[in-house]
Amino acid sequence: MKTSIPVEERMSAGHLACQGCGATMSMRYALKGLGEKTVFVIPACCWTVLAGPAPKSALDLPVLHSPFASAAATATGVKAGLTARGDRETTVVAWAGDGGTFDIGLQALSGAADRNEDIIYVCYDNEAYMNTGVQRSGGTPEGAWTMSTPGKAGSARPKKDLDAIVLAHHPAYFATATPAYAEDMTRKFAKARTIKGFRFLRILSPCPPGWKTDPKDSAKVSRLAVQTGLFRLYEVENGRMRLNMPVANRKPVGEYLRLQGRFKGLSAEAEAAIQASVDKIWNEGKS
Amino acid sequence: MPLLDDDARSLPRVILSTRRMSENKTGNWRTMRPVIDRHICTGCQICWKYCPEACVKLTDKVPAIDMDFCKGCGICVEECPKRCVSFVPEASV
Repeated sequence: MKTSIPVEERMSAGHLACQGCGATMSMRYALKGLGEKTVFVIPACCWTVLAGPAPKSALDLPVLHSPFASAAATATGVKAGLTARGDRETTVVAWAGDGGTFDIGLQALSGAADRNEDIIYVCYDNEAYMNTGVQRSGGTPEGAWTMSTPGKAGSARPKKDLDAIVLAHHPAYFATATPAYAEDMTRKFAKARTIKGFRFLRILSPCPPGWKTDPKDSAKVSRLAVQTGLFRLYEVENGRMRLNMPVANRKPVGEYLRLQGRFKGLSAEAEAAIQASVDKIWNEGKS
Repeated sequence: MPLLDDDARSLPRVILSTRRMSENKTGNWRTMRPVIDRHICTGCQICWKYCPEACVKLTDKVPAIDMDFCKGCGICVEECPKRCVSFVPEASV
């Protein structure tokens, strides 16, 4: 049977994710791209819980749970350990949320990227600390409601430009992905596996309870993020950037924002400002 | 708890997870049930592709949703290009 992504499942049903979780969709596609010889390091994040309590696991691969701040450092150690035992094949993946990447794990991430460690670091970015009940992180966009940025105006600060921070370390491979584009995500993981050195992927991962979306809309909202131009699908290899999805006719950002209860308090001016910033990015150098 | 027994005794004891989360039947989370109309389904596999539970099984044509695990998120209902997956309340099944 011909399928658009590999058939083999390495993530089992029965995991503990909420209905319509983007992080489980992403994990499923990642494992399809990475294949069997992979080890995961997971710091404190939703996936710490989703994978299930010992002695059960929802993943068919070895998982090492690490402290919040040290996903990249732990992955570095796992890779060194494997190398010492003569295993040069196994891919080591650090799989962290936005809290463990943008904020708490940033120092370890920067260190590993700077040393060009031979690991893949994945940030599934659901734009807040969702696991503990939706607190603002460095990944939270301006205007979004969270438990720690209540009121109509939402988060006062713009989303931290993590892509720029990581790219400033000259990684061997950099890519963005989102679950609506499953084939694109699977391809990027399969490609990252074949590259040596520090590789980074940021996944925009819809979160129904945190974004206040209907669980059925997880793929739709992920797709709209790309179609409105708010989230760009691109890769950077050897310093060369390639836009995977040049959106010719961008939809108004309102279509993305209005699906989400977390933007309910957004004023017309704030929405216009978001539209203007998206237009500016797309018109600048067309990249 | 099983241990890594090929390592030296001086190494820390490591707990291995040897059982699968598929022992955890999540079907009882569901309040709405997706039902595929097998006469309209074209076998495009899109419901299989997007399922966050990985509980849609591919067959020759009409996929089978494993109700032991389906949490009733409705992504398959929303994404089906033929609109052939209906969402019915569990109470009425």
